[in-house]
Amino acid sequence: MNDNHNANASGASHATVKSYLTGFVLSVILTAIPFALVMTHAASAAILIPAVIAVGIVQIGVHLVYFLHMNRSSSQLWNNAAFAFAVIVVGILVIGSLWIMYHLNMNMMPGMMPVD
Amino acid sequence: MRESLIFGRLTLNAIPLHEPIVMSAVVGMVVAALAVVGALTYLKRWKWLWDEWLTSVDHKRIGIMYIILALVMLLRGFSDAILMRGQQAMASAGAAGYLPPDHFDQIFTAHGVIMIFFMAMPFVIGLMNIVMPLQIGARDVAFPYLNSLSFWFTVGGAMLVNISLAIGEFAHTGWLAYPPLSELAFSPGVGVDYYIWALQISGIGTLLTGVNFITTIFKMRAPGMKLMHMPIFTWTTLGANMLIVAAFPILTVTLGMLGLDRYLGMHFFTHDGGGNPMMYVNLIWAWGHPEVYILVLPCFGIFSEVTATFSSKPLFGYTSMVYATMCITVLSFLVWLHHFFTMGSGANVNAFFGIMTMIISIPTGVKIFNWLFTMYRGRVRLEVPVLWTIGFIITFAIGGMTGVLLAVPPADFVLHNSLFLVAHFHNTIIGGVVFGVMAGFYYWFPKATGFKLDPTLGKVSFWCWFTGFYVAFMPIYALGLMGMTRRLSHVDNPVWHAYLIVAAIGAVLIGIGIAATVLQIILSIIKRDKLKDVIGDPWHGRTLEWATSSPPPFYNFANLPVVKGIDAFWTMKQEGHAPKLEPRYDRIHMPRNTGTGVILGILSIGLGFAMTWHIWWMAVGAFLVMLAATIWHSFDAHRDYFVPPETVAATEALHFNAKATEVAQ
Repeated sequence: MNDNHNANASGASHATVKSYLTGFVLSVILTAIPFALVMTHAASAAILIPAVIAVGIVQIGVHLVYFLHMNRSSSQLWNNAAFAFAVIVVGILVIGSLWIMYHLNMNMMPGMMPVD
Repeated sequence: MRESLIFGRLTLNAIPLHEPIVMSAVVGMVVAALAVVGALTYLKRWKWLWDEWLTSVDHKRIGIMYIILALVMLLRGFSDAILMRGQQAMASAGAAGYLPPDHFDQIFTAHGVIMIFFMAMPFVIGLMNIVMPLQIGARDVAFPYLNSLSFWFTVGGAMLVNISLAIGEFAHTGWLAYPPLSELAFSPGVGVDYYIWALQISGIGTLLTGVNFITTIFKMRAPGMKLMHMPIFTWTTLGANMLIVAAFPILTVTLGMLGLDRYLGMHFFTHDGGGNPMMYVNLIWAWGHPEVYILVLPCFGIFSEVTATFSSKPLFGYTSMVYATMCITVLSFLVWLHHFFTMGSGANVNAFFGIMTMIISIPTGVKIFNWLFTMYRGRVRLEVPVLWTIGFIITFAIGGMTGVLLAVPPADFVLHNSLFLVAHFHNTIIGGVVFGVMAGFYYWFPKATGFKLDPTLGKVSFWCWFTGFYVAFMPIYALGLMGMTRRLSHVDNPVWHAYLIVAAIGAVLIGIGIAATVLQIILSIIKRDKLKDVIGDPWHGRTLEWATSSPPPFYNFANLPVVKGIDAFWTMKQEGHAPKLEPRYDRIHMPRNTGTGVILGILSIGLGFAMTWHIWWMAVGAFLVMLAATIWHSFDAHRDYFVPPETVAATEALHFNAKATEVAQ
């Protein structure tokens, strides 16, 4: 029913087979790295966990660029604004929850604290 | 518990034959349903119902169906309320009352769930459905089929809650189902499962609505309408739907994890196995606080429209209103901890969230002053929507003040879980949301149906609600300060008895108000010829929804209006550019009706029911059929058509000729 604008104005850029393949190969590599790190016990848990999380965040970026076709062109202003809003909300939720839950443990009585 | 392969946990014992109160409610529901089915069959209206309503993708019809659902569920939720007030009034001086504690627990849970998810949400979404596309000069929402699907998922959730009354039980846990009580160890029955599936199904519907409306507002505004030209109701709709899209996934994930705990023996929120029930409280409120703003923001929009229209002048401080709305949208994500100050996160965390909570009252205060300054020196017509608005300003200001009081962590430590809190949130939700949707209901009723509501009964309804609210909830504030905690089925303190009786009288007054509303609707339908709105602009409106006939044609606008500023229709009337009969029209591209939404909605009831009772074959079957229906629908190429110019011309001529006759008289 919305016949006064065409599909090209909707903000999504047209992807090519090449960009899909690039995204696919990058995703496979970024999946293989943490898997290999964990399987070979390449380092201690204190290093492995942040490394796996970091690779995961890069993976999100690859998905956004190659599969969801996000870029910095002006036609994508609203997509990028929506993405920024999503990042803010997820950031508030994750950081806030960590802050809150960490403090809940801090306030328990000494005898009830988990023993490492 | 032994489970059979065919019926899962379901046995004949699941029907509560031994509870006379429950059974009489069940019989009442069944009789009412049979009466509706009988009437439809007798009047041979089934095909009409299916073709014109159930399969409709018209945003106005979906909106009307949302509001019918909300009104029906209001009756259900209110009967829970009056049962609770009656029980507490009777069982506060040593008597046992008439509700066993087990039943009382289910009633306060059902009351909260129904009033928030199946009364307030459908009412607000129904009004947004009817009004928002008209206000931005669009012919429908961006995804009409998705809109129908959203509605039928909401119906599916509501039906599951009502089925739980007749078959099995509802949750005993309170409306947010905190673990560990909601875990399998403490709630082994089906109540929490009904709760989980009702909310999951309706929650997906709400999320789809959010996506749909945001796209509609960003992509389908009339030519020339910039964002800062949008009516305030559309702005608040945008804010509320941004909150839906950001917050409802949190609810889905949280309830999903609770479901995994209950169904697959996981340990997200249990005490053993490394789980932490406090994480559930944290997550559910990270959704729950934005949720109250999802409800109240559109109501702020309604009050803005009503104030400007009935004061016959532009809204005071349009720009500050927009900024206040968007500030509230973001700030509502930064305050959720104030629901659990007492969980023990320490002074630093509590101070941060306490201060954020107090800050949120600043943009809300800006709005209150904007409404007051709009009325100041305006020619305020004291029609029914204005009464609700003034009632709101007074009541909501009191609710806001008790809210700021509760935002002070040391005060909250005293008042947490007391009736003071119960009085506070009823003060904001009744004063803000209920008064708001009632104002919007009366204001836009002629636009949706073509005739006005009877004003006398509207005034009766308002005054009963208004006085009833104060009589019911001021004693509850006092009881909270005296130390009475919430959710008590029975107390032994003779001092509290008198207060609880007064509160029960207040609930009866509100009940008269609801009865007046029901009577008002019936009477207005009977007198609809006398109350007819031929012109399409009964209140001298300012925004584009009043530029159409009442009810609007299914395509809304024969020619898309061209917008140059705020209050587009007012400007058109002033400059003499209001829509008139044109010599020729273009064809109009419209979506076709589809039954997929209603079929998926009915199947979702089967899916939720089967999952609740562990009837695995039925759950798998319902899910596979839903999947197949979705895929089948996605291959349906015949989903749109063109309305021929002759049809448009004939429809428009009918409206403008009737209007010309009316003006001439």
